[in-house]
Amino acid sequence: MDQKNRDSPYLPNYLTEGFTLRSWLTTNDHKRIAILYMVAITAFFFLGGAAATLMRLELATPAGDVVSAETYNKLFTIHGVVMVWFFLIPSIPAVLGNFLVPLMIGARDMAFPRLNLTSWYIYVLGGIFTVAALIAGGVDTGWTFYTPYSTTFSNSNVILVIVGVFITGFSSILTGLNIIVTVHKLRAPGLTWFRLPLFIWANYATSLILLLATPVLAMTLTLVALERLLHIGIFDPALGGDPLLFQHLFWFYSHPAVYIMVLPAMGVASEIIPCFARRPVFGYRFMAYAILGIASIGFLVWGHHMFVSGQSMYAGMVFSMLSFMVAIPSAIKVFNWTATLYKGSITFSAPMLYALGFVGLFLIGGLTGLFLASLALDVHLTDTYFVIAHFHYIMVGGSVMAYLGAIHFWWPKISGRMYPEIMGRIAALTIFFGFNLTFFPQYLLGWLGMPRRYHEYPPEFTLLNLFSSAGAAVLAVGYLLPLCYLSWSLFFGRRAGANPWGATGLEWQTSSPPPPHNFEHEPHVTRMPYDYQPVR
Amino acid sequence: MTTSPFDSALERREASLLGMWAFLATELMFFGPLFFGYVHARIAQGDAFVAGSHHMHIVLGTLNTAILMTSSLTMALAVRAARDTRPVRTWLALTALLGLVFLGIKASEWLMELGEAANASGGEARFYFLYYAMTGLHAVHLTIGLGVLAWLWVHARRFSAAYHMPVELTGLYWHFVDIVWVFLYPMFYLLERYR
Repeated sequence: MDQKNRDSPYLPNYLTEGFTLRSWLTTNDHKRIAILYMVAITAFFFLGGAAATLMRLELATPAGDVVSAETYNKLFTIHGVVMVWFFLIPSIPAVLGNFLVPLMIGARDMAFPRLNLTSWYIYVLGGIFTVAALIAGGVDTGWTFYTPYSTTFSNSNVILVIVGVFITGFSSILTGLNIIVTVHKLRAPGLTWFRLPLFIWANYATSLILLLATPVLAMTLTLVALERLLHIGIFDPALGGDPLLFQHLFWFYSHPAVYIMVLPAMGVASEIIPCFARRPVFGYRFMAYAILGIASIGFLVWGHHMFVSGQSMYAGMVFSMLSFMVAIPSAIKVFNWTATLYKGSITFSAPMLYALGFVGLFLIGGLTGLFLASLALDVHLTDTYFVIAHFHYIMVGGSVMAYLGAIHFWWPKISGRMYPEIMGRIAALTIFFGFNLTFFPQYLLGWLGMPRRYHEYPPEFTLLNLFSSAGAAVLAVGYLLPLCYLSWSLFFGRRAGANPWGATGLEWQTSSPPPPHNFEHEPHVTRMPYDYQPVR
Repeated sequence: MTTSPFDSALERREASLLGMWAFLATELMFFGPLFFGYVHARIAQGDAFVAGSHHMHIVLGTLNTAILMTSSLTMALAVRAARDTRPVRTWLALTALLGLVFLGIKASEWLMELGEAANASGGEARFYFLYYAMTGLHAVHLTIGLGVLAWLWVHARRFSAAYHMPVELTGLYWHFVDIVWVFLYPMFYLLERYR
């Protein structure tokens, strides 16, 4: 295969394979399924974003004047439900994992292509239920569905949303199962475990969590629905149950879910940073072990969400200690990304700006997590805006930045076109600035004691809230920019070659966009990943 | 136009087996909150659970356990027959029959206990809630297993030493469902019965 032929725009590829809607909706090609996911989660991202915009609009002034308290409750619930289950969890694994895992390991497709398409349909079905609940009047329990409010007192569409989340969970499980089997069984000859890109390690660890944690949420929510319908159960204290049981079960899923959101983001940073620093990733094996460490310790820290719930003090101490332990592999990763930059030949292209933004914001989010993992401090900070700021630094500053960085980095591979570089950098900086303006004031508000989930607040919090709402406006512009110029570049962007970044991964060894079965000849791997040479 | 992602039948076989084991791991965690809820409730309201357990129909439950264990044997024999390219339909039919008898006995038990369960309160109400939820979920899994057995029966002529993966995967699933019952039986029927 010569270079000229490889770069030819007229080479048959997965996008030109069929142009009808039917050819997309019945495809078994992992790359097309990834695109289906991308379209669906983008729609949900802007739906969740619209709810957030209304909330920040309400909070621009102390009085509750834009929406009623009930509407506000529904807004933050739908924002949480949509962003967590319909955007963040499928974002990197289902879009980029689907697209890249087979390409990066030199496979023709995922192990179970039809199951892959099925999981997209399951996702859409779950989405329909959730949107139906919205149209029917929304739900006001918060995304956490705490009992006994959700089982006994709430008059909103709890069951409809639970059904939606339950169904979507199975799409996560099947995607995770597919990635696990694919990584185990379909690696190209010579691609040993310790030659795998860290993106693969990250998605593999994420898939283990998807497989083992999601079913727990599914059953827990089923029990909530049963208790709500039949008025017998195990959560409501009035019925002889224990609401703490619900919290334990819920967070047994929902804390690992945070790692479902951030581990793939770490995988993305580990691909982008070596490429634009022209250096092999520092401490490759430790990076892989750190991923597995975070995934496994992440299963044992859920109780730090319950420090003030009345759980046993000894349980609190153990959960606090274990939560501090997660910081160790996380810190190893941050140190290693930084060390990768040392003496690197750094280019500040748009993906690199996102990746560096990810590292910085993840650092702040992670360190403030230690504040919350400290038993005594948590008593002061629980249920304040400090918590909101902390997890948005991880989920938005971390995961969404990395997702956007990944979309830009692999855009030439996905679309065969380059995005406009200047616009890319402007958007990355706008998002970084807007994000910090939105969420840094919330740390201060939380520290001062402003509680979360209220639609009005005392006037002394006005200035910081105003900053935060202004930041949200900047952030909204920042998120709309890529939507516009990436759509534009689909038709008018400069054509990309097979490997515009000079990157080392297997996915860059095939044409852009890749042919339907990825590689003309099965690649043989003889080298370590990140085999970059410094620019002289 | 689907091209197999696998290079060989062996690779495909190994991938299917790993996929099934991964699915069973998910299944185990799916039952998890119910088992955890059971442990929690039994510690909190142990006496009520013992009382509830004494109302179970021990003879029917024990008979059902024996029936389900036998169905595991016939399922294993079906897998072996498929591996050796021998006829599988008899074993599949026998497995399905035993599964159906189990479901029939289980359904009659549910009906007999319904009155008592509806009037129970406090800890005993939780006992019955968990009993119906857990044996109900188990029965749903068994019903799905019966559907898969029917599908295998229709396509039975396809299986041979070279291609019998569907039978083998169904076997794994069937044994998993049986093992769940092995835990449910003592949890609901045998609490301090001989004290």
